[in-house]
Amino acid sequence: MKQLVVRSLAAGLFAAGLLGGTAGAALAAKDSLTLGMVLEPPHLDPTAGAAAAIDEVVYANIFEGLTRIDRRGEVQPALAESWTISGDGLVYTFRLQGGVKYHDGSDFDSADVKFALDRAMAEDSTNAQKGLFAPIASVETPDASTVVITLKQVAGDFLFNLGWGDAVIVAPESAAENKNNPIGTGPFKFDRWVKGDRVEMSRNPDYWGEAAGLAKATIKIIPDPAAATAALLAGDVDAFANFPAPEALGQFENDPRFTVAVGSTEGETILAMNNAGAALKDVRVRRALAHAIDRKAVIDGAMFGYGTPIGSHFAPHHPAYVDLTDRYLHDPEKAKALLAEAGYGDGLSLSLKLPPPSYARRSGEVVAAQLAAVGVKTEIIQVEWAQWLDQVFKGRDYDLTIVSHTEPMDIGIYARDDYYFNYDDAGFKALMAKLGATLDEAARNGLLAEAQEKLAEDSVNVFLFQFAKPGVWNKDLVGLWENSPVQANDLTEVNWKE
Amino acid sequence: MAVFLLQRLAAFIVTLLVASLVVFLVMEVLPGDPAALMLGVSARPDTLAALRSEMGLDLPAAQRYLLWLGGLVSGDLGTSYTYGVPVWELVRERIGLSLPLALIAICLSTLIAIPLGVLAAARHNKPADVGVMGFTQLGVAVPNFWFAILLILVFAVHWQVLPAGGFAGWDAGFWPALKTLLLPAVALALPQAAILARVTRSSVLETLGEDYVRTARAKGLTRRAALWRHALRNALIPVVTIMGLQFSFLLAGTIIIENVFYLPGLGRLIFQAIAQRDLIVVKDLVILLAASVVAVNFIVDLLYAVLDPRLRGGGHAG
Repeated sequence: MKQLVVRSLAAGLFAAGLLGGTAGAALAAKDSLTLGMVLEPPHLDPTAGAAAAIDEVVYANIFEGLTRIDRRGEVQPALAESWTISGDGLVYTFRLQGGVKYHDGSDFDSADVKFALDRAMAEDSTNAQKGLFAPIASVETPDASTVVITLKQVAGDFLFNLGWGDAVIVAPESAAENKNNPIGTGPFKFDRWVKGDRVEMSRNPDYWGEAAGLAKATIKIIPDPAAATAALLAGDVDAFANFPAPEALGQFENDPRFTVAVGSTEGETILAMNNAGAALKDVRVRRALAHAIDRKAVIDGAMFGYGTPIGSHFAPHHPAYVDLTDRYLHDPEKAKALLAEAGYGDGLSLSLKLPPPSYARRSGEVVAAQLAAVGVKTEIIQVEWAQWLDQVFKGRDYDLTIVSHTEPMDIGIYARDDYYFNYDDAGFKALMAKLGATLDEAARNGLLAEAQEKLAEDSVNVFLFQFAKPGVWNKDLVGLWENSPVQANDLTEVNWKE
Repeated sequence: MAVFLLQRLAAFIVTLLVASLVVFLVMEVLPGDPAALMLGVSARPDTLAALRSEMGLDLPAAQRYLLWLGGLVSGDLGTSYTYGVPVWELVRERIGLSLPLALIAICLSTLIAIPLGVLAAARHNKPADVGVMGFTQLGVAVPNFWFAILLILVFAVHWQVLPAGGFAGWDAGFWPALKTLLLPAVALALPQAAILARVTRSSVLETLGEDYVRTARAKGLTRRAALWRHALRNALIPVVTIMGLQFSFLLAGTIIIENVFYLPGLGRLIFQAIAQRDLIVVKDLVILLAASVVAVNFIVDLLYAVLDPRLRGGGHAG
């Protein structure tokens, strides 16, 4: 509550422009960057934790994988300079970059790749995305610069998956220490981490590729949105790639010292429904809820207008996206009729468990009001992340919840057994299996379109909006990612304008 | 004096034991699995099991309690689940911020409050008193985070003479580090000073009405001399009590100020640790803070004895 008061107060003060900013001219020859981030990474090993904050520090900067995902979400060569895929789609032969060294001076070769992948797949692996490596049957190293990966079955997204932060290549000598002293092959090397405050890195002079434009990069942890606003205005930080106070964006847009860029993310924000719930197992009830929600009002009310409405679990910027937002238009009368048809004409009571992020709490308020308008009473229960994981995700003890699914291309979660939606549909599972076995891009996109339609048809969840990524940075700064195809702050192309 | 010290030591140990048991039990019943929180929603059950066993979470509760307590006694605070470094290292880094911050704040607040409080009492019901009371009323009413935001707007955003937040660290040099602590210290100190000034005022007023002050005046001492030589010393007892409480609060109860100035202090560490279910850090910090509160109370007790000779007598001491 106090937090909220702080935020609204600060927003009010800033918005009222009580104190106009004075110009803080950037130094001409500036080659360092201070980037603000809201959440501190728990540690710095991307192969041993799910926290997005880890990748937001180290991905592409300190650690690299065989492939990397670029700012458009496309797969690019990284430590693998090139590759060939066998006709049956099962054998990938990677040709590795030469002359690559880790930050501690040791050489990179195929043995490291085998080590890193075997480690991620091992029995005692603590890799949060172990599933990415499930299709791998074996990793062989015919010579120091060649890696041959054989798959158990065709995996259409295998090269993309190798570009995840969880699949970066680490060295056997340093892997155990990466949590606190990350040693990678990237264009920046880790300098130090003042826990709770900042992570510092500097240009790797021995980088195998094109050297980074910045000599030094500091990532500053600022959890409070009002503090983030003040830090930008005071010039303490140069940029917030993902700015936490959408309410203050208008002020930055009107300030000539800053660039505001609203990009897209892979975060589908959904009103998830327990498809095994007494009332919610009836597709008519789920459709009624979809008709009851006005996405525009949710985006305006909870996100200050930043966000793109979605009609299925899919990112609008992806080529295979199908716009299904008109499948369930906002229509309270129709919602009431569907509820009556399902036997809930006298009303219905559901629990709505909300995790801590402000998007969830704020959207929850709007959603509850909209559901009340069609006779669905919701009991809002605020939970912490740990409780959410325990009760909702693991225990599946909930009716409704609001959460943003931030993993890229994660429509496959609807095919998982025992996933928290309790959606168990043989047709959808078959569709996903077929997708996994398809390599042709056009055919894949067709299947993905079919999958989106199917989820909308079954109204598995109420699909609210694609999370926006509002970035604010110094107007002289170029090269930051506007969009987030993977959660990262790739600083390799960042530079100060002359 | 020896009896007094022994009594205090016994109370110290019992308090810590009770605190350790309470915090352990609370952490036990707290819903949420630290391993699940670290690995997120895509983790597979075998991965979770591997991490749980790596973290020692698969042992029975009683065994974990005794292991933890044994570690504490031998000075081993354990390893943070989330950061993967010894808890002691985290605490050391944070104390380097929280302790100086608390000290600066308490010094500032004392330097402002006691002269003001005495002034108000000496000029009872005169304009100076009314002015001090008005300002302190404002100081008590204004929430410190709001005041902090005003300070940031003025000194960091508008004049850009001080940073808006963060902590440079002592290795960056004394002045740069101090500079980052100035605004937070002021934001913390002023509301505390307001309370302290009011307590000082009423306490001094009360002692000014005592018989011995009247006697002193009757002996021919001026009002001012009676105030400084006799009344003030006796009036300080409640003031010292409040200062002790304030110091304990300043050491860890500053989460909101730490958020506004994004300072990596003890308060934020404990807050973060609870949210991330870094149970070992939470448990250790609660014990450390309980120990520091007891220690500060002990110092306050000693100060009572210095201020009031009647309390030095041992057995019958309060």
